[in-house]
Amino acid sequence: MEALSLPAALEPVAGGGAGLSPERRAALGTSLPLLQRDYRFERVWFWGCIQGVRGAYYIAEGLGPDRAAPRSRLYSLNCVDWSLLTPATKEMLALAEQVKGRFQGDPSFEYSLAEINKTRKALPLKLAYFSSKPVMKEEARLIATIEQIDRDVGIVPRGAFVKTPLGSVHENRHFEGLSLVEAKKLSSYFHFTDPVNLKNKTLLEKADLDPSTDFLDSLEHDIPRGSWSIQLEKGGTVVVLRSLLWLGLTFYHVPMTKQFGYVYFGTGEKNLDLPFML
Amino acid sequence: MDDQSPELDSSQEPESAEPQDARERGPYQPHEPGYGLDQPRYNPYEDEIPDPQTRMLAIKNAKAYLLKTSTKSGLNLYDHFANILTKILDEQPTNTVDIIENISKDVKWAQFRKKMDTLRDEPLIPPTFEAAENCKALFIQEGGEEEHEGVEEEMGQPALPNVMEAAFYFEQAGIGLNKDESYYIFLALKNLIRVQPIQTCRFWGKILGLEMNYIIAEVQLREGEEEEETGEEGEGTTAEGEKETGEAGEEDEEKAAEPPKSTYKPPPPIPKEPNGTGTNKYVYFVCNGPGKPWVKLPPVTPAQIVCARKIKKFFTGWLDAPVVSFPPFPGNEANYLRAQIARISAGTHVSPTGFYQFADEEEEEEERGADTYEENPEFEPPPVAKMVESLATWAHHVKGILKQGRCVWINPAQKSEENEEDDEEEEEEEGEEQQEERGPPLLTLISEDEGMKDIPAWTTHASTNLIPEYSVAILQSNRWPGAYAFASGGKFENIYFGWGHKYSPESYTPELPPPAEAEFPSGPEIAETVDPTVEEEMAFKIAQEEALAEAEEEEDEEGEDD
Repeated sequence: MEALSLPAALEPVAGGGAGLSPERRAALGTSLPLLQRDYRFERVWFWGCIQGVRGAYYIAEGLGPDRAAPRSRLYSLNCVDWSLLTPATKEMLALAEQVKGRFQGDPSFEYSLAEINKTRKALPLKLAYFSSKPVMKEEARLIATIEQIDRDVGIVPRGAFVKTPLGSVHENRHFEGLSLVEAKKLSSYFHFTDPVNLKNKTLLEKADLDPSTDFLDSLEHDIPRGSWSIQLEKGGTVVVLRSLLWLGLTFYHVPMTKQFGYVYFGTGEKNLDLPFML
Repeated sequence: MDDQSPELDSSQEPESAEPQDARERGPYQPHEPGYGLDQPRYNPYEDEIPDPQTRMLAIKNAKAYLLKTSTKSGLNLYDHFANILTKILDEQPTNTVDIIENISKDVKWAQFRKKMDTLRDEPLIPPTFEAAENCKALFIQEGGEEEHEGVEEEMGQPALPNVMEAAFYFEQAGIGLNKDESYYIFLALKNLIRVQPIQTCRFWGKILGLEMNYIIAEVQLREGEEEEETGEEGEGTTAEGEKETGEAGEEDEEKAAEPPKSTYKPPPPIPKEPNGTGTNKYVYFVCNGPGKPWVKLPPVTPAQIVCARKIKKFFTGWLDAPVVSFPPFPGNEANYLRAQIARISAGTHVSPTGFYQFADEEEEEEERGADTYEENPEFEPPPVAKMVESLATWAHHVKGILKQGRCVWINPAQKSEENEEDDEEEEEEEGEEQQEERGPPLLTLISEDEGMKDIPAWTTHASTNLIPEYSVAILQSNRWPGAYAFASGGKFENIYFGWGHKYSPESYTPELPPPAEAEFPSGPEIAETVDPTVEEEMAFKIAQEEALAEAEEEEDEEGEDD
């Protein structure tokens, strides 16, 4: 969510019970603008908080002029001092899928993958290099997890961003918010990452799309079906989407206004039991 | 097409500014520059509209073209441009040239709004306003004065918990709902207390669901208010009795024709704990949101708890929704919710050690364990730093649930009549088939809780490191993510915000279906053989007749002998 609107934005999200203490809120209010100044970001988003067993990581993202470009991510243990994270690589993502369990809360903690590798019979060849180094640092797992969460469940409302003919993506200054009827439909929300399903649409469907606003995947075809819970809170003044795949991701939008955002408060673990629970 | 020779406008003006020549300008002479330029197709400015009249004509043509109505939409470009320019001049946005296409689109969209109809639409009442009405009802004080005094006279302790105070402490840790919602819940609890005969009340927490959420209040009803349940139980047993007599009647009539009855008797259901003890110590009321009516949850049975341990399902938000699962859950969502609430309470309700102590009376049997506790008047709260450091400063004050699904073990084989008072004495008498289960006694320290793999069962931290003198000790459960407790000074509170599921490091595996039932043991009496053919039968018949004839002859012979 936008760092500048943080205090107001945390209110609708608080329905899930998780939030920020006044100390953290105040700390974010001072340190996020400083981040913007130091790293020359155009926008700073407070991404959320991953709870470890012994501590918590607070994550912020910085965006440049092209909002769809890979974002820079920073983490902090106390909301005051921030450290930049390296971008995620495919190997990191593959390794992180093998690590299960909670985050420890210490960035230098090392998960030993040797045990896990033993139980897996055949490692794909490209990971053979890493079998010699059977450890994964918690920081790398953090990077991979944040990337996964953004890719899987980072969402924005339809029409909030426009793609210019040159390919860069900007906020749509004409976005007035979704109407109440639209806000209840899953098709009005898009994943804010590179689209995967868009090219699979039939020509007939593509003809109805507007290439400036419909350049992302919508939530309708997410697998498994029903992995989003839409609720209208406060009698329809706020629509809150909660992801059931990554428990803890909450997206809010106030219909007919420009306010929207998502934040993650959780343990950083994918809910693989989802098909059983629906 | 113009036939007139083109002339430049500006060329005329300087001429008029010049002093008037006496000589009139005649046609150009060949030696003068400008000769021949008045002929058509020789003037460089030929394509420009020459004089006002033709220009006016051209303007009219252009305007007529712009006014051409589109056959598709009924708009014309002229009006459209006029509207765009009006809008731009009214609103004066920045960088208009960059967003001009969007503005054009917006103007076109605006055309299609419904104009004034003679029929007025009924204004749609969005659900926003209904919810606001409900919440407003919370704020109205009805007959406040008299009841207020009555309440204070009867009980020394106010029944209404101070939700806002607890919310403040939890907020220091970053846990909790926003203040508005907390206040609505506060008022809703006040309504609940006014309507139901409640002795003590506590805001238990909030469980999220797919379509709606649940707000849960933990309540102890006043004595004598819980007799509804026994009526239901009695009816259940009489129905069973009738069925049995009916079956016995049938058996007498047709013994031979009926297929063999199975001798399988399902194990007797384990009785639920009586209200006021064990898992049913508190009564829970839920509502979907502040302002909505409170619903009482039924007491929980051990079978439901046992089943709830084996399944993992999201709550939908509707109390009467069925729970489709394997093993099939005995009940609907209200029962599942109640079972999960019981498990969470048993697993995560803690208090500072020493806050509660056992009642002073001597216990008859220590094995039973105390079921009652009371507040310790001489409790001195340890400093917050100590509470954060060591888990031994916290203790459970709710009895853990055994595998059987109850807090107090009962031997199912012994249960002939329903006396629940005899349970405590029958622990070790006869039932050798099942081991007696003992759980940890009440008021165990939470440092004894085992973690899962390498994750401890509890995480503690202080709410702030910057201001230690006013910080609050916060406890988070790792076994039930979403369960929190705080302690500061002599105050403490437990709360739950979450989806209502236990954390397990391994993925959830559903219970496997039971193994296939054993078939009837095969023996010669049911072994299949080939049917005898007609010849074999005839041969057999002949052989039998011969044997019979021989037997008769022998008898005759014997008869003759005698």
